[in-house]
Amino acid sequence: MVPRIHNSHMITFILRRLATGVAMLVTISITAFVLLNLGATDTARRLVGQTASAEIVARKAAELGLDRPLGERFFEWITAALTGDLGRSWQSGQSVVDAIATRLPVTLSLTIGAVIVSAALAIALGALAAGRRGWTDRVVQVLSVIGGAIPGFLIALILVLVFAISLRWFPATGYVRPEDSLGGWLATIALPVIALSIGAIGSVAQQVRGSMIDALRHDYVRTLRARGLPHHRVVYRHVLRNAAGPALSTLGLQFIVMFGGAVIVEQVFSLPGIGQSAVAATVVGDVPFVMGIVIVTAILVVIVNLAVDLLQGWLNPKVRLS
Amino acid sequence: MTTAPDTLAVRVRRGRQQRSLAHRILRSPLGAASLIYLAAVTLIAIVGPVLVPYDPMTASLQDVFAPPSPEHLLGADSAGRDVLSRLVVATSFSLLGALITVVVAAGVGIPAGLIAGYRGGWFDSLSTWIAGLLLSLPAIVVLLAARAVVGPSLWLVMGIFGVLVSPSYFRVVSSAVQAVRAELYIDAAKVAGLGDARIIGRHILSVVRAPAILMTSGIFAVGIAIQASLDFLGLGDPTMPTWGSMLSEGFRNIYRDPTLLLWPSIAIALTCVAFTLFGTSIRDELERTGDRGRARSAAPWAAPATRPAAPERHDSGHAETDPVLTVSELSVAYDDGESGWTTVVDGVSLNIAKGEIHALIGESGSGKTQTAWSILGLLPQGGSVVAGSIKFHGDELRGLDPHRLSQLRGRHIGYVPQEPLSNLDPSFTIGQQLTEPLRVVLGMNRAAARDRALQLLERVGIVDPQRTYDSYPHLISGGMAQRVLIAGAVACEPDLIIADEPTTALDVTVQAEILDLLRELQSEAGVAMLLVTHNFGVVADLADRISVMRNGSIVETGPTAELFDSPRHDYTKSLFDALLDDAPARGAWTPREVRA
Amino acid sequence: MSTTLANVDTDGTPSGSSTPLLEIRDLSVAYQGRGLARRRIPVLHGVSLDIRPGETVGLVGESGSGKSTLGRAVLGLAPVTGGGIEFDGEDIAHASAARRRELAADIQVVFQDPYSSLSPTLSIGDTLSEPLRARGVTRRDAEARIAELLDLVHLPKDAVRRLPREFSGGQRQRVAIARALALEPRLIVCDEPVSALDLTTQARVLELFLEVQNRTDVAYLFISHDLSVVRHMSHRVSVLYRGEIVESGDGASVTSAPEHPYTQRLLLAAPVADPAVQAQRREALARARATETSGNQAPAKGTTR
Repeated sequence: MVPRIHNSHMITFILRRLATGVAMLVTISITAFVLLNLGATDTARRLVGQTASAEIVARKAAELGLDRPLGERFFEWITAALTGDLGRSWQSGQSVVDAIATRLPVTLSLTIGAVIVSAALAIALGALAAGRRGWTDRVVQVLSVIGGAIPGFLIALILVLVFAISLRWFPATGYVRPEDSLGGWLATIALPVIALSIGAIGSVAQQVRGSMIDALRHDYVRTLRARGLPHHRVVYRHVLRNAAGPALSTLGLQFIVMFGGAVIVEQVFSLPGIGQSAVAATVVGDVPFVMGIVIVTAILVVIVNLAVDLLQGWLNPKVRLS
Repeated sequence: MTTAPDTLAVRVRRGRQQRSLAHRILRSPLGAASLIYLAAVTLIAIVGPVLVPYDPMTASLQDVFAPPSPEHLLGADSAGRDVLSRLVVATSFSLLGALITVVVAAGVGIPAGLIAGYRGGWFDSLSTWIAGLLLSLPAIVVLLAARAVVGPSLWLVMGIFGVLVSPSYFRVVSSAVQAVRAELYIDAAKVAGLGDARIIGRHILSVVRAPAILMTSGIFAVGIAIQASLDFLGLGDPTMPTWGSMLSEGFRNIYRDPTLLLWPSIAIALTCVAFTLFGTSIRDELERTGDRGRARSAAPWAAPATRPAAPERHDSGHAETDPVLTVSELSVAYDDGESGWTTVVDGVSLNIAKGEIHALIGESGSGKTQTAWSILGLLPQGGSVVAGSIKFHGDELRGLDPHRLSQLRGRHIGYVPQEPLSNLDPSFTIGQQLTEPLRVVLGMNRAAARDRALQLLERVGIVDPQRTYDSYPHLISGGMAQRVLIAGAVACEPDLIIADEPTTALDVTVQAEILDLLRELQSEAGVAMLLVTHNFGVVADLADRISVMRNGSIVETGPTAELFDSPRHDYTKSLFDALLDDAPARGAWTPREVRA
Repeated sequence: MSTTLANVDTDGTPSGSSTPLLEIRDLSVAYQGRGLARRRIPVLHGVSLDIRPGETVGLVGESGSGKSTLGRAVLGLAPVTGGGIEFDGEDIAHASAARRRELAADIQVVFQDPYSSLSPTLSIGDTLSEPLRARGVTRRDAEARIAELLDLVHLPKDAVRRLPREFSGGQRQRVAIARALALEPRLIVCDEPVSALDLTTQARVLELFLEVQNRTDVAYLFISHDLSVVRHMSHRVSVLYRGEIVESGDGASVTSAPEHPYTQRLLLAAPVADPAVQAQRREALARARATETSGNQAPAKGTTR
């Protein structure tokens, strides 16, 4: 294989994935816009108050553009969105992009922190369980099943109760920006990250274990060992590499799950992420803001999926070359 | 027709199968515990609301934050409502909410998965795409958006969540169906004249049942969790007591009365864990991935009661002065835990002299491959050499420490496996796989290893060595892969090659080429070879000596020409009789009328 | 005598014979590729073959030759893109699903893999009753017929209640044969029916095939990669190479004195169980290869794969 062929394969591979991502974004924005606006008729009343006259409600609705055709409003929204403008919040009048931009880093740092922690621990635990089998395997399995089953925010509540309120090791609530104090930042995100990670560790560890046991059964393991390679080298170089693909996919899915989990966990720790404002906007029916959160989430998902696909292609020559 | 190990395995499996699934789940402690818990919770959800002492929504000022007492067993909350009553009534609502999710998800996902998996085509492509879309967004974000549209209705939101998780069913079902659809028995059913509905009903639903049950228990857990989170966020219906709203209430009063948080937390956590454990124990039972039966046998291996008879020897005087390999009285057995040991090789003895090709021939289950693996010291998990000795150049291999054995394998014993493609690691290039042992075992540097690997590839008859060197295994054909594996086996210039059915997976024209290659390499280097095969033609082509195996023992052994000329053992004779080489051709066809 | 591709049509057919039961003319099959482009992948190019009632026609080829695809096309399991398949005078290449179900009574199959060709969850009785029940045979009649079938393939009566996993490969293949015979078909497509079996089992299953044919006058399309098996079983033999029939004729001549170089190589490549004869064959094969490379009369593409 000439390297150039690799590259052209890789470029078509990336382009195809990008196209899929764009198609997904378009579908999500159309669906979300239509559904949200269909339900937005009550929003005008909610914004002006239940006692306001029909006339005032109608004026508010016109102000928000609710009287114009849906297609026209969508066109307006999408052209603005393409220039990076997601409109203004109906409730606060603040730019949606600004509002999300100040809050997203908090949510993202929780999610990324949790991905790193859970990936490291899950691979270690999964490999240990697959390599040792026996009771180690049993313990890892039961723990990861239990960890994966309990909802993340419940773990967060328990952590707050135990480590923040009873033991006072960590602050229960509040957020310190990393540029203000790195230590303070770490202390404020430590418990939320742990709460988010536990579930992911369980499911990724299970996946690593399962695919490693699978990979260990392959014929090439015997053949490589027959050539004199020590068992541990075959396991850590060949088996782990072949087991990494499915584990990576699971980790990608877990990123999405953890991002959603972060929205709730932020409430427990009173962190100023997008979770708090999303909940507030939802209750009022603040369509531009909710729309903004949906789109930003979708873009994140596309980026994560692309990253997973690229890593997958790097790990697995069949993906890359077909 | 059935060989002994076959019947044994069959008997063991039949015993397992006869117990019903429910019975087997109850045998596992975690499965039984979760099942009992879930049954209790369901009972509470059904009859509890009728029995509770207080109305869960009635506030009572004098009971605000009442501690546990005979009137209020679990105390009262910030509005003076009875915690126990709320907890019990909330059980109904929480389970019902999760049930809606499950029903919607199954109702959407299973039929779609069945159709997509069975029919394929555009429906499959479209629904797979939609499934990917639904799974890609975090459910909580979509539910927040949905809540903005539909308002605080528990049932509607849980229904929407059901749609959101329906891809889980869809994926599991459609991939299960796809796997089955490729099975020959589905084709056979079609050819038998069965309609699609009948095929799905009879053959496919039974395959989907297990993963669907597993998925259902998982979705119950997720449904309970997501409902609790929505209520916790204050997005639920305020007129309904649920575990989530109790949690929210408890969280608001976390400093005042932490126990308010305790009860709903326990309820949610236990129920979610129980559903998940129930699912895993079903899966374990169905797949038997759990290692419960792995307990070591109490008793050490004992030789089976019927001892193998001594093999028919064609040259009793044959004695090797300096054999490369001497196997004597070798027995290999697998530890089956409770059911004891299964002996797959019993009392096998053979000598291989320098430069000699010794064929081990037998039908499936005769123990020939097990013998080969035990010489390499690479028996699968559970298997071990339980008796006898394996001497390589006079040194005992049995019980040798793994490190030494590993070195011996790399330097002095080569191995050619059966299936060419599955014996190459798909993630590494051919070159990487060939050079790695050279560098690790023989300590060559990168450049030297590369040169040597290219030389080897050329030696085994690969036309464009550099191209193959850079290729990944999935890009080369089976014949080429087998050449690569032979190159790997001779890389260290071994004294002994173990070739396990080296041509069985190949087409006959390719087989002829590989046999030529093996013969050439063998005569060039004077290497000894243990050739495991079931094909008398291959033996006639290559081997100097043969040992015929049956049921784990050698029944007849001797030089190839003599054994082919005058087989003595009845079994060997029956094998020769079954050969079609000399059978007459069928002859011309005549119409029935003429025949009659 | 044997004929090469040039004059395949009428030779090999003795005069005064009855009309063919199955007639395949110029059959082409292409599978739909995967992905957006959906390129068609051709497997068979213009294959012709006929089978008379009670006759066995052997089809030999190596992997990728399209031999299984030909059998699947006859069964309606592969997409026919050109040419025709006539069964008893009726074109069945594009038969409707309903007609296909009716044809079940006439055309049946025995697959290669005795492990995946029987549903693991159905008892032998259920598997055997399937084709009968699908055609509305009453339960009682079906039971009687199943007893007959089990007897025909030499399996014990109590097999009815047992599951496939309780049987060995050879026994399962007997069940598959019984299933194929349930509706008294006139043609059975045998797709490598013995290649997964051990030598001694193989011999016994082949005997069963012959015995069944003698009793019921069923015709076989016998597909195999093994020239000696085909030779033992077939009245006539066709050799398939890369989707085309390169040689066909009566069994004895095609399998002992082939004319086409590919068939010759196929014959010489299969090692025989006699050291002395095999040594001669080896040399003959080496000579054949040498002339091929020099004389350039090799089939379209080299086989060094």
